[in-house]
Amino acid sequence: MTSLRFYINDELIEESEASPNTTLLRYLRDRRGLTGAKEGCAEGDCGACTVVISGESPAGEPLLRAVNSCLFLLPMAHGRRVYTVEGLARNGTMHAVQQAAVDTLSSQCGFCTPGVVMSLLEAHYRDDLESNPAALDDQLCGNLCRCTGYRPIREALVRIAGKGQRDDDIAGPIRASPPVGRQALTYEADGELYQAPGTLDEALSVLAAEPRCRIVSGGTDLSLEVTKAHRRFPRLLSLENVPELRAIGRDADSWHFGAAVPLADIEQATADTFPPLARMLRYFGSRQIKHRATLGGNLCTASPIGDCAPVLLSLGARLRLRSREGARELPLDELYTGYRATALLPGEILTDVTIPLLPADARASAYKVSKRRELDISAVSAGMLVRIGPASTITEARIAFGGMAAIPKRALAVERELVGRPWTGEVVARAVAALEQDFTPIDDHRASAWYRMSVACNLLCGFFEETRARHLPALPPLPSSTLNLESAP
Amino acid sequence: MKLPSPDDGALLHRPSPHESGRRHVTGEALYVDDFPLPPGTLVAAVGLSPHAHARIRHRDGAAALSVPGIRAVFFAADVRGDNCIGPIVHDEPLLAEETVNCVGQVVALVAGESSTACRAGIAALQIAYDPLAPRLSIEDAHAASDFIGPYHLINRGDFAEGYRRATHRIEGTLHTPPQEHFYLETQVALAIPLEDGAMHIHSSTQHPTEVQHMVARVLGIGYHRVVCEVNRIGGGFGGKESQATQVAALAALAARATNRPVKLWLDRDTDMAITGKRHPFRADYRAGFDADGHLLALDVVLYADAGWTTDLSPAILDRALFHLDGAYFVPAARFTGRLCRTNLPSNTAFRGFGGPQGMLVIDTILNRAAERLQMDPAEVRRRNAYADAPRNRTPYDQEVRYNRLPRLFDELLPAARYAGRRQAIEAFNAGSTYVKRGIGFQPVKFGISFTKSMLNQAGAYVLVFTDGTVQVNHAGTEMGQGLHTKILAICSAELGVATGAIRIMSTSTEKVPNTSPTAASSGSDLNGQAVQSACTTLRHRLIPIAAAMLGVEETDELTFASGLVSLAADPARSRTFAEVANAAWMARIPLAATGYYATPGIHFDPATGTGEPFYYFAFGGAVAEVEVCSLTGQYRVTRVDILHDAGNSLVPSIDRGQIEGGFIQGLGWLTTEDLRRDPAGRLITRGPSTYKIPSFGDAPTEFFVRLLDRAAQPGVIHGSKAVGEPPFMLAISVITALRHSMRACGDSGSGVELSLPATPESVLRAITRQRS
Ligand SMILES: Cc1cc2nc3c(=O)[nH]c(=O)nc-3n(C[C@H](O)[C@H](O)[C@H](O)COP(=O)(O)OP(=O)(O)OC[C@H]3O[C@@H](n4cnc5c(N)ncnc54)[C@H](O)[C@@H]3O)c2cc1C
Ligand code: FES
Ligand code: FES
Repeated sequence: MTSLRFYINDELIEESEASPNTTLLRYLRDRRGLTGAKEGCAEGDCGACTVVISGESPAGEPLLRAVNSCLFLLPMAHGRRVYTVEGLARNGTMHAVQQAAVDTLSSQCGFCTPGVVMSLLEAHYRDDLESNPAALDDQLCGNLCRCTGYRPIREALVRIAGKGQRDDDIAGPIRASPPVGRQALTYEADGELYQAPGTLDEALSVLAAEPRCRIVSGGTDLSLEVTKAHRRFPRLLSLENVPELRAIGRDADSWHFGAAVPLADIEQATADTFPPLARMLRYFGSRQIKHRATLGGNLCTASPIGDCAPVLLSLGARLRLRSREGARELPLDELYTGYRATALLPGEILTDVTIPLLPADARASAYKVSKRRELDISAVSAGMLVRIGPASTITEARIAFGGMAAIPKRALAVERELVGRPWTGEVVARAVAALEQDFTPIDDHRASAWYRMSVACNLLCGFFEETRARHLPALPPLPSSTLNLESAP
Repeated sequence: MKLPSPDDGALLHRPSPHESGRRHVTGEALYVDDFPLPPGTLVAAVGLSPHAHARIRHRDGAAALSVPGIRAVFFAADVRGDNCIGPIVHDEPLLAEETVNCVGQVVALVAGESSTACRAGIAALQIAYDPLAPRLSIEDAHAASDFIGPYHLINRGDFAEGYRRATHRIEGTLHTPPQEHFYLETQVALAIPLEDGAMHIHSSTQHPTEVQHMVARVLGIGYHRVVCEVNRIGGGFGGKESQATQVAALAALAARATNRPVKLWLDRDTDMAITGKRHPFRADYRAGFDADGHLLALDVVLYADAGWTTDLSPAILDRALFHLDGAYFVPAARFTGRLCRTNLPSNTAFRGFGGPQGMLVIDTILNRAAERLQMDPAEVRRRNAYADAPRNRTPYDQEVRYNRLPRLFDELLPAARYAGRRQAIEAFNAGSTYVKRGIGFQPVKFGISFTKSMLNQAGAYVLVFTDGTVQVNHAGTEMGQGLHTKILAICSAELGVATGAIRIMSTSTEKVPNTSPTAASSGSDLNGQAVQSACTTLRHRLIPIAAAMLGVEETDELTFASGLVSLAADPARSRTFAEVANAAWMARIPLAATGYYATPGIHFDPATGTGEPFYYFAFGGAVAEVEVCSLTGQYRVTRVDILHDAGNSLVPSIDRGQIEGGFIQGLGWLTTEDLRRDPAGRLITRGPSTYKIPSFGDAPTEFFVRLLDRAAQPGVIHGSKAVGEPPFMLAISVITALRHSMRACGDSGSGVELSLPATPESVLRAITRQRS
């Protein structure tokens, strides 16, 4: 059996005793005496536990990634470098990001600060971080602070973003380290087994041989069962190291995303070219979450309020599923069979997602409405696509919602009302009434049934307004709403 | 802002970094849960009531005790001393006795070798309940006449007459929302048993003395056997004023019984489930205005949801009543308050301490009046703001001295270009179908002092060593508000030594006894004066020594600055502070001194509802602008301008942080923080995944904060003013701005009806109503 090998603050760690169900946060605090990272929630929402790990860009270039250590299982650290707030100062001199945080008074009680500093650290070494407020919001929205009101943290971020030297003594070792996530791993401790095979065939074999085995991809959903329900998984199969599952590709008519591609990578790949997807990903979780959360995990966890499904339903995504017995294709429309239930058979893995490129006559957008704009679960999310043929006739309509039913699904009655009719405000207003046939949403703490239904109607009307001028509208830099209607009269 | 380095000396009235900033950003700063544990430390966990109201039929810990790793199990009967931790009234058992009175009430405590063992131990507890009917709202308690304490009354002038004369009458009911503190560090304590029955407690508490007292009572020992020490707190906001004692007392209970150190740390779910919140209030009001928008008479009945015990609720209700006038003169007032007892966790102190709830009532009324009269709400506020006599007395008959409100109107509104922007917004709204904007102005007047007069005292103990370095002990706790930074600046100025030579010690009941909580924004006012007085004593002792060393008369003026004691008339003649300190020691002069401070002249008579409960008032003003999507109800606060009165700020960078942080916390209370319980009284929103405090992007990118200049406050340390709580209420400006935007959506005829918190759903409902 292998032991885990990784670096914490440049010190090589070989670990063979800690349970694979140990989170990195508990490991740092309880076993290594590194109490800088804090537990503020153990559910990925406060960011006090943020650390930086070595990761890689879609192109395979090593870089720094901020992650929630409370949701990061220890074996996921194998082969990586981990930095915590304790590891940044050199010979008593604070790192530039620490100095900036002190100078701007970015800490008051200081409890959120170690996490804030690590998100600043990532920002410091990012070379793709734009300086507009939206990009800065995205970078820090995973770090809650109850004291400062964020203004000083924003100032610190502006001061240090993108200023890092690629070869200094933090970024240098990371950039020089061999690509991570490519070394097959079998780790057993405490009677629990964590396997991260290096090929899809091996992964399928493990799954076939071990029916009790639970698949883990980024672990942002699964780890909650460990931290909140105090479950311990006896067998975990990680997909992280399977190269086929981590590929992003684009051909003449489609995008292809491996199921284990982190959402941050998809966001980067599609930011400027695929507005509907980019709009959804901008308000998905936080930066830390998006570094780990994968498309496959989001679709397979089958949450009725999962944000990827509605937009992918509207875009006509197709899935590839593999098991030892073979492969099959499935339109996303057929994945969900009931509340949190999927058409996946035992032994099957979702391997990749194909999204057709948008036809020239398409108008498409995506929406997310939640109590708080950032890092919140949707009350309603939606993906909408219509194709407008000659004489402004609607030739195809794919209108999908999350949060409106037990599964993410298309509004087929609305679509029927639209297709064949002209794309006008009156037609849309009439079609909206059909939403009542498609959905009977529920009341819960996120939203009332009234709100869900009202918003669903209004989003469809808003979609019509929004796509008048631009067929694939992007979001403005500082949106006040998921709808971009500022310029509408 | 260029900050001086910590060794520049004399930091008073200059921007300075946070005293712990460097330790915060390097991870060196320790919180209780970070402490290296003494060998043999056990952890503890709590067993909670699943019922809002029930009789406990049966409880048995035998099975739990047999779980591997469990060392002890406790129920109420196992408490040797007094099983009670009520801070004012003795009505709060530490562990439930015959009945449970809220979901999350602590029924049992287990201590074991690991948190895994404790979880198994809790699961193995056998407790049977006979459920009783719970009361879960103010209305339930009212219907059952279940109140805590008497009516609280403030009466001035003839309401009936004023109301009769009014040309516009506004009546209604306002529900103010609850709020979870969401300090980032959850409640935690480490209890270490010592010899001779003594106990040392490390607690994350704003009130070390109360922890000391309650631990002693629960253990049945004298206060002298308990020391409570606080290194720093990861955020308190009032939530650790009275409610940290339970966690500390439970840890101590287990530590005494097992004779091993015990740590009790609450995970976020547990913390949120069992601790009290900001009190939700119901206000039934009637207000009369004349045709020009002057308030003539106001009648308000306030009902506060106290939860199941008294806790600090009577003082919170008082403060709410004291702030029903907001920043405005109320010629005839009839204010009545009542505490309702419900089967919910006992609601408690939270930044503003009832003040925000009171102010929200009158500012809602002024907004409604402005809408009714078709006036600019800022103008209605100006007309009603406290002014010169006779419009300068509060309903409880305290004079509003040093009134900064006129300056706030005159300086902030033009600086924020309020009038021009309001016009531009209205023009924008006229041309925009879906997106609407709004602007709002909020003046704040907030009374400073504990309303319980005896709490307005503080002590300090300052030690000088023979190398000229200094330790400062004072009664206040550091929870991020920057109190230690201010104390450092004060001490550095008094003794003329660099801040690097001064160490602020952890707050401990063995250094400064019988302290008040660090609360009511009073930390630097009270402790700053106490430290100043101790330093003055020390200086007076050092002067004769230094004079002798310099060969001058004791009556010659000496200055203490830059680490030197020098002759004022000839600064070249000097000795280092260290030399003087050492010489004092050689001369057998004591180098440690205590200091004390008690706020003069405050009093209040509940029987007449009059007095001077406040030493002074703090003021502030904010202008906020919002942009609202009328299709989803989502909105963004696009710009905020604040002008705040922090007196002659002790450390402006710290005060700015309090203002910005307070504003955003107030924003959360009024907008995204939507606390939900199910019909059985269980908290649904138990973590940040469901309870949404403002995040990074909710803070406006245009966020301009200025401190009022030339605003020295007489009689307060270095002319400064308390700043912790007042800015919280500036966020009401956002609600006024939202209402402005909604008026552009249509006219329902009956005015805007916006329920709080103003979530997108609540905003869309209000807009829908406007449109109907
Ligand atoms: C703080 C926080 C914020 C979040 N915000 C959002 C949000 O805004 N929107 C949203 O939709 N979700 C959100 N989530 C939920 C979660 O992050 C996403 O669902 C995420 O995409 C899951 O991906 P993962 O790789 O982490 O899944 P994992 O946790 O690894 O797996 C999830 C489930 O899917 C299964 N699974 C994973 N991959 C495969 C596969 N290839 N084949 C078969 N089964 C598989 C696993 O067995 C597991 O049951 C949030 C979660 C957290 C903690
Ligand atoms: S502890 Fe809150 S995000 Fe990890
Ligand atoms: S400084 Fe206290 S939570 Fe951020």
